[in-house]
Amino acid sequence: MPAGTLYRGREGMWSWVAHRVTGVLIFFFLFVHVLDTALVRVSPEAYDKVVATYKSPIVALLEYGLVAAILFHALNGLRVIAVDFWVKGARYQKQMLWTVVALWVVLMLGAIYPVLGHAARELFGS
Amino acid sequence: MSTTESTASGIGPVEGASVYTVDNPAPLIEAPRRRTKKTPKTTRGNFEMVAWLFMRLSGVVLVVLVIGHLLIQLVLDGGVSKIGFAFVAGRWASPFWQVWDLLMLWLAMLHGANGLRTVINDYAERANTRLWLKGLLYTATVFTILLGTLVIFTFDPNIR
Repeated sequence: MPAGTLYRGREGMWSWVAHRVTGVLIFFFLFVHVLDTALVRVSPEAYDKVVATYKSPIVALLEYGLVAAILFHALNGLRVIAVDFWVKGARYQKQMLWTVVALWVVLMLGAIYPVLGHAARELFGS
Repeated sequence: MSTTESTASGIGPVEGASVYTVDNPAPLIEAPRRRTKKTPKTTRGNFEMVAWLFMRLSGVVLVVLVIGHLLIQLVLDGGVSKIGFAFVAGRWASPFWQVWDLLMLWLAMLHGANGLRTVINDYAERANTRLWLKGLLYTATVFTILLGTLVIFTFDPNIR
């Protein structure tokens, strides 16, 4: 393990760490997702059987986590582009990160019902 | 001191005529680090710059493609509970969604593969470890892109 793995802390470093972690998680999900979709080429039954597991309450929670990772990576990615291409990007990187976090919180609150609603109905009945 | 001395040196008077004329030009001193015919050709291309630019361009396109995909699959029309073979068949009946998914597959896989390549370069300290991890990464990436492309192009709604 290299010594001194903490660079500077604060917004710049932690957003970079979060961008990496979410990126790697999304990429590993993508492999699984292409494989499960490839089952449509095997048979409708095989595909529907696997997709049925995606509708269980535990996987719904994982889906919510996936949405969280994708939304952060997308919004922070736009911030990275602004830092690189906008003349004042580097100066406003902190403000842009807090804008990203605020937007992310709003979108995640909005995603609760659509993503977790069916799981709640299954668990507690409609 | 006269400029007509037979042993003309480069050092002339501070003011006055130059020792050099059209017939006796000053020696040319080449600019430092100038590219000449003798300079060896660079062995590195622009790969890292192209990769950096690709991450930004594909990123912007992916924001639209992936968030649209999430809205359709997880939010609209009852969310994930509606997804099944029939739903996939309905969407891939349209070339628009075939192109959407194909573009999303290629861009996301290449964007993710390049991201993981960077992560491997950063954390795998031994050259051999980097070689093997990247070999595994490229194999898995090519396999997944080809499999996904094949599935989109050869999808058969009447498989049963």
